[in-house]
Amino acid sequence: MAIAFKQETFRGEYTYANSDAAIRRFPFPFAQDSYMYSVNMEPHTKGPVGSVFENAFDIDEHYLGECEDRRITLARDPQRCQSLPHMIDAEWDVLELIMTSLARDYPENFTLLRDGSHWTWINRPLNIRQPFIFGDAATLPRQPFEYITRQTQGDFVIMDQRDNNLFADAGMVTSQADWSLSFDLGMSFMEWHAPVPLAHELGIFDRALKYLLMLQQGRPVRRLNWTMTINPRLDTAPETYPEWGTDRASVTPENAGDKVHLRVELQTLFRLPRSNAMLFGIRCYLASLAELATYPRWAARLHRVLGSLPNELQEYKGLTRYRPSALQWLSAHDDGRELALGTEPV
Amino acid sequence: MTTNATALSAVIYKVSELAPDVREFTLIPGNDELFPLYSAGSHVVLSLPIGGRIHRNAYSLLGDPARRDHWRIAVRRQQSSRGGSAWLHDEARAGMYIDLSPPVNLFSLVRTARHHVLVAGGIGITPILSQARELARLGASFEVHYAFRGPANAVFLHDLKAIAPDRVHPHDSDRDGQLEFGPLLARQALGTHLYICGPQGMVDACMQAGARLGWPSKHLHSEQFIAPAGGEPFEVELKRSGKRFTVPRDLSLLETLELNQVDTPSLCRGGACGQCELEVLDATGALVHHDVYLSAEERASGRKIMPCVSRLDGGCLVLNH
Repeated sequence: MAIAFKQETFRGEYTYANSDAAIRRFPFPFAQDSYMYSVNMEPHTKGPVGSVFENAFDIDEHYLGECEDRRITLARDPQRCQSLPHMIDAEWDVLELIMTSLARDYPENFTLLRDGSHWTWINRPLNIRQPFIFGDAATLPRQPFEYITRQTQGDFVIMDQRDNNLFADAGMVTSQADWSLSFDLGMSFMEWHAPVPLAHELGIFDRALKYLLMLQQGRPVRRLNWTMTINPRLDTAPETYPEWGTDRASVTPENAGDKVHLRVELQTLFRLPRSNAMLFGIRCYLASLAELATYPRWAARLHRVLGSLPNELQEYKGLTRYRPSALQWLSAHDDGRELALGTEPV
Repeated sequence: MTTNATALSAVIYKVSELAPDVREFTLIPGNDELFPLYSAGSHVVLSLPIGGRIHRNAYSLLGDPARRDHWRIAVRRQQSSRGGSAWLHDEARAGMYIDLSPPVNLFSLVRTARHHVLVAGGIGITPILSQARELARLGASFEVHYAFRGPANAVFLHDLKAIAPDRVHPHDSDRDGQLEFGPLLARQALGTHLYICGPQGMVDACMQAGARLGWPSKHLHSEQFIAPAGGEPFEVELKRSGKRFTVPRDLSLLETLELNQVDTPSLCRGGACGQCELEVLDATGALVHHDVYLSAEERASGRKIMPCVSRLDGGCLVLNH
């Protein structure tokens, strides 16, 4: 089915909004009334048609807006995309994985022509036709990882595997939930997860790392992660904190429905063939409380999850200041009835 | 893990006798698709039909990692073998189809190393060949030491010299005795990584020399293969429903439950998330745990099992399920 791409902004006037279809396919992450960290990874196999799990890399109605927002962020701060010199093979791995996946899954929008190492990439939504020689970065306008991730929704980190560990040695990070690529670049798995509360004590990261070290080609895995953001803003980076941090103080019980957004990350992990590195995709979905309340089950569920969230998680996710307003707004949608397990909208 | 879902089909295209007990096999894809790419140091697990059963043997890919139209492996006949290597020497013929796993790499090059020392003993040359090829392509600093017993067994010396002229140090153990690791390791600069594949005694001598000289253990690498999925068949009895099944050699306990429509929640299918944990009521064999979820105490108790990766080494397992 053809995707109707929207023109919208994730800053300034914030014209971003979800269509009814986009709300319905929103990856609501709460299957029960409370939340705690777990190793919630599962095989990234093809999901139901129309769902965000249908394809390896999800392209939706926000594609043009997100690519433009990434362009603006990179123009202001080119350091949002970095790659250490030993990651060049992994960069080509990522370019090939994304191009072949998009061309296979969205043939109306993307085409990849291959004749030996002579490739032509056609991106119709962005009006790009790029011939290049695979393996020769000089034939592309940018380095391969930056080139293709400027044309893909979601942030990406490439992790190098060595010493029985994973190192964040390359990244394209412009839609992050308050973490910095410049700060984390080159860190090991435990180092860059160090700030996460409670999960270390639960052994979550030990198990996750062991699981990921054995990740095999052709068997990607995924998980959902979440936080909340005020206004539909992709670029909530520490580097730009003065531009968005104070928005947290602007939330009232009256405006919470439009201002407070649930931010869900579809995280995917792929073993890369040439480099034996690992691609970590962080695809961000934003929906306001009012949009979520299209489905009463979701609003009621979120009310209960937020209400029972441990203090450490409230603090870490930066919710403390506006949580009472969000809870008050959501309470009108929660009559206390029992909600069946599951994340479905109805 | 569903081992069969991503199995590759291959045809034996060519068999070459390299030495009296070493055969090289060229494999081509068994369908219209190309083989996947792989990284230097990778191996594949072959599923070999021997006596009505499937034997799984791991072999390193020794060719050019960039080639997707054919793969190369070399097999030395193991004298004690009643399985894989004997079958590949006595039964395997060009034109036969075999199934194999996608490539797995547990012997990967460290791309941040300042210098790489590759050491091969005998048939251990196979992963070293792909690593040397890769390092040459990358323009990295490296050297190769290839130990063998007499010129007739130096089966890949010519290939190696073609890949890395002036970087290859042949070592005929019949003539020169054992390779001395002390001097070899002592003269390396800081930031060097060493990779060795060969007989266990040779690998041990190398690791001991490294430890003695104060090498960081993270800089000393030896080839590892993935533990083949599956194991001995065993019986499983479900206390709640009274159902009883046989878990075959090549399926997991979880897969067997699923095939028999026994609802069992699962998530990661890799022994990490804890979702599929089942309570063990009785077991007449030993539990073989492959998960990373259960604590040492939980394992010792014998009361829990993660059916996605763990099993019983024969006998009967009774579950509260």
